[in-house]
Amino acid sequence: MAVGLGGALGALARWAVAEVVPDPGPGFPWATFVTNVSGSLLLGALLVWVLEVAPPGRYLRPFLGVGVLGGFTTFSAYTAETRALLSDGRAGVAMLYLAGTAVAAVAGAWAGAVLARRVAGVAPVRGTRRSR
Amino acid sequence: MTPLLVCLGAALGAPARWALDRAVQRRHDSAFPWGTFVVNVSGSLALGMLLGVVGADEAPLVALLGTGFLGAFTTYSTFAVETLRLFEQGAGRLAAANVAASLAAGMLAAFVGWSLGTAIAPA
Repeated sequence: MAVGLGGALGALARWAVAEVVPDPGPGFPWATFVTNVSGSLLLGALLVWVLEVAPPGRYLRPFLGVGVLGGFTTFSAYTAETRALLSDGRAGVAMLYLAGTAVAAVAGAWAGAVLARRVAGVAPVRGTRRSR
Repeated sequence: MTPLLVCLGAALGAPARWALDRAVQRRHDSAFPWGTFVVNVSGSLALGMLLGVVGADEAPLVALLGTGFLGAFTTYSTFAVETLRLFEQGAGRLAAANVAASLAAGMLAAFVGWSLGTAIAPA
């Protein structure tokens, strides 16, 4: 199933990011933050592409959107990490992480959509934009 | 071994999310993204319980069920994009409600799960 395969790849990518980004210990959970924001940006771009630009194959959206990017990003780790920060008495970091991720991810999705539209608009197609 | 367990769990988690999301949306077809809300809150509850019960010792189990299954079961990107869509459609209040409710319910679920998990964890 396309979604399952995509999910496996997305989760692998998330695990890889977590391996590469240094463990912050009691600090800001950068690995998950980077994962969630970049994943949101990519999904914002992908959906513009799929819905507004190019007709997708039957499997593109389930594979990339639901599968890869859904598997890449995570909500459960986000709440678990916030809970751990709060339990450790690091309320400031916890709130910054909780709110910051939400703002950055929605902004990222918006940026991804804007970028995708710009790229699609700029790519000259049979002179439709250049012809006078 | 760990990345393999993560992939295995995720291969099941992502389709589970898709199935549950569709089932919820079919029954509650409103503008509010109930499907994503349900997967994210239930996933937060489940991870809280898993971590509470298992702790840091059972790394392979956490890799399979936590990082793998629940990590893929829940999603931030869909949550963000659905929120954005609501804003773009002029449903700003609904968008804000989605964020507030998801975060509040998710955090509550994480804490409840953790408490339940630690309560039933073997001493």
